[in-house]
Amino acid sequence: MTLLTRRSALKLGLAGGALLATSPMAMAQLRIVVEGANFQPLPIAIPDFASSDPTFGREIADIVRNNLRRSGLFLPLDPASLPVQAGDVNGTPDFNVWRTANVDALVMGSVERGGQISSSVRVWDTQQAAQVVGKSYNTDPNSARRIGHIVSDAIYEQLAGGTGYFDTRVIYTAESGPKANRTRRLAIMDQDGANVQYLTDGASMALTPRFSPNGDLVTYMNFADGNPQVYLLQLSSGRQQRLANVGAMTFAPRFSPDGGTVAFSVEQGGATNIYAVSTNGGQPAQLTSGAAIDTGPSYSPDGGRIVFESDRGGSPQIYMMGAGGGNAQRISFGQGSYSTPVWSPKGDLIAFTRQSGGQFHIGIMAPDGSGERLLYSSYHAEGPTWAPNGRVIMFFQDPGGNDGPRLMSVDIWGRNPQTIATESYASDPSWSGLRS
Amino acid sequence: MAIPAPFSTALRAAAMLFFVVVVAACSRSSNDAVGLTGAGNLGPGGGAPGSQQEFIVTVGDRVFFTTDSSSLTSEAMATLDKQAAWLNQYQNYRVMIEGHADERGTREYNIALGARRASVVVNYLVSKGVNGQRITSQSFGKERPVAICNDISCWSQNRRAVTVVQ
Repeated sequence: MTLLTRRSALKLGLAGGALLATSPMAMAQLRIVVEGANFQPLPIAIPDFASSDPTFGREIADIVRNNLRRSGLFLPLDPASLPVQAGDVNGTPDFNVWRTANVDALVMGSVERGGQISSSVRVWDTQQAAQVVGKSYNTDPNSARRIGHIVSDAIYEQLAGGTGYFDTRVIYTAESGPKANRTRRLAIMDQDGANVQYLTDGASMALTPRFSPNGDLVTYMNFADGNPQVYLLQLSSGRQQRLANVGAMTFAPRFSPDGGTVAFSVEQGGATNIYAVSTNGGQPAQLTSGAAIDTGPSYSPDGGRIVFESDRGGSPQIYMMGAGGGNAQRISFGQGSYSTPVWSPKGDLIAFTRQSGGQFHIGIMAPDGSGERLLYSSYHAEGPTWAPNGRVIMFFQDPGGNDGPRLMSVDIWGRNPQTIATESYASDPSWSGLRS
Repeated sequence: MAIPAPFSTALRAAAMLFFVVVVAACSRSSNDAVGLTGAGNLGPGGGAPGSQQEFIVTVGDRVFFTTDSSSLTSEAMATLDKQAAWLNQYQNYRVMIEGHADERGTREYNIALGARRASVVVNYLVSKGVNGQRITSQSFGKERPVAICNDISCWSQNRRAVTVVQ
């Protein structure tokens, strides 16, 4: 059995153009303008996918509908209200029927489960009577939900621009038990909350998991040795090991964009500084010095700079320095304190947690500190992570008391706050890149 | 984020009850560990001289900090003076200093803040003659609160460094 990766699936889609490119392509006519005060989500009709197993066809269509709805950019119509109940990827739709039903965007899909799972999808602009997407995909039979995510990404990319983010996973801290003695362990799931697996058993507290760019290695904070220490965990093998033996306590790890280095905090005698070390081991390099708390390092996508938080000026604020350390410049100047800076994968923005006015806020700013915007505010909200397309941020918020944290997402325009359903309390989300 | 006062009070009472139970459990295990020195020596709930219970109840096992601060208040220094005197008298104990933060900060920063608070306490005890070889420390950040509510009455109890005699 050949396991087709996402990339080869895309190639197959292009090669399969003979099958699906029979209609003229209507580029750029049906397109969501994602910015602006008058934004309206695009109504889109997605009948159940045609399949010899209609339940399976509905399941895959549901994944696509849910993804697009949760993006906030699309408004999938109630499938029961549609003039056609099942997809048809072979024929040309009767555009008049769809126009009469006020449907501008129509998704026709099919899916079959054999040795592999195969899916074809066409997206039609009913006003132009033209096809805007025509692709087919294969995946291995054990990842049925992924075909739904891959199709969702294809639709998103064509109609909303940029790259998609649905075929991704989130690693996070699953929390359970009373607040004073809570169990915290690592878990991983699809970005929509499905397919949860627990990665540590909770015997020792595990916090702040972060994905490597390759999606297989994770770095996190493990309390197994008493004081927290940075560990590496390989998802494919389940093997893990401590990253470095330096100082009294190591924490707040994050990978460099090439995955070869981890920047992290080292505490010794009450002072916390930032270090970096190769994932292959070796001597950690010290990047900051002094008696302050320097933590939360995050690399720029080109690997050249590190943004971090420091209380060297009094309250925690965001600073920028070269990846080799030295010459840190403060970039946050608003009232209150700033922490957990995270560089957008596109490089254009830095997401952060801000505390001011008795509230926590999730916000974004340019890497020079300009253009700050707060996207979400509550009693507690913390720890942003970016979707790979740089348009959606996930974080966690906790109502306080004996309640517990939940994962939420919001887009960079401050629209569409959503709770991600998890079977336990959840915190510290880290979003993977698009899967390969 | 106001929660109704009666509920908040009940939570606080529950938290305090939980705390008392924990202390009771600790003192029981401490007596198991070092052996009872004689029931007749128990003071008014203060534990036998030299017992872990005496340290917790009479000396005071914890000091509190103001928001985002690791400076010792005069009250904290008075408690640590008593801790140092007691530890200098009873040399058979080792101590673990636990540094904690309240929930009004982010996770990673609070891990560092808890470590800084623990470090301040370690340095103070050493300055008062306690051998540093007897002292270890650990930060729990905001992950192990003792008081649970959404206002300063709980946060102020959670911003603490606890001296655990072992």
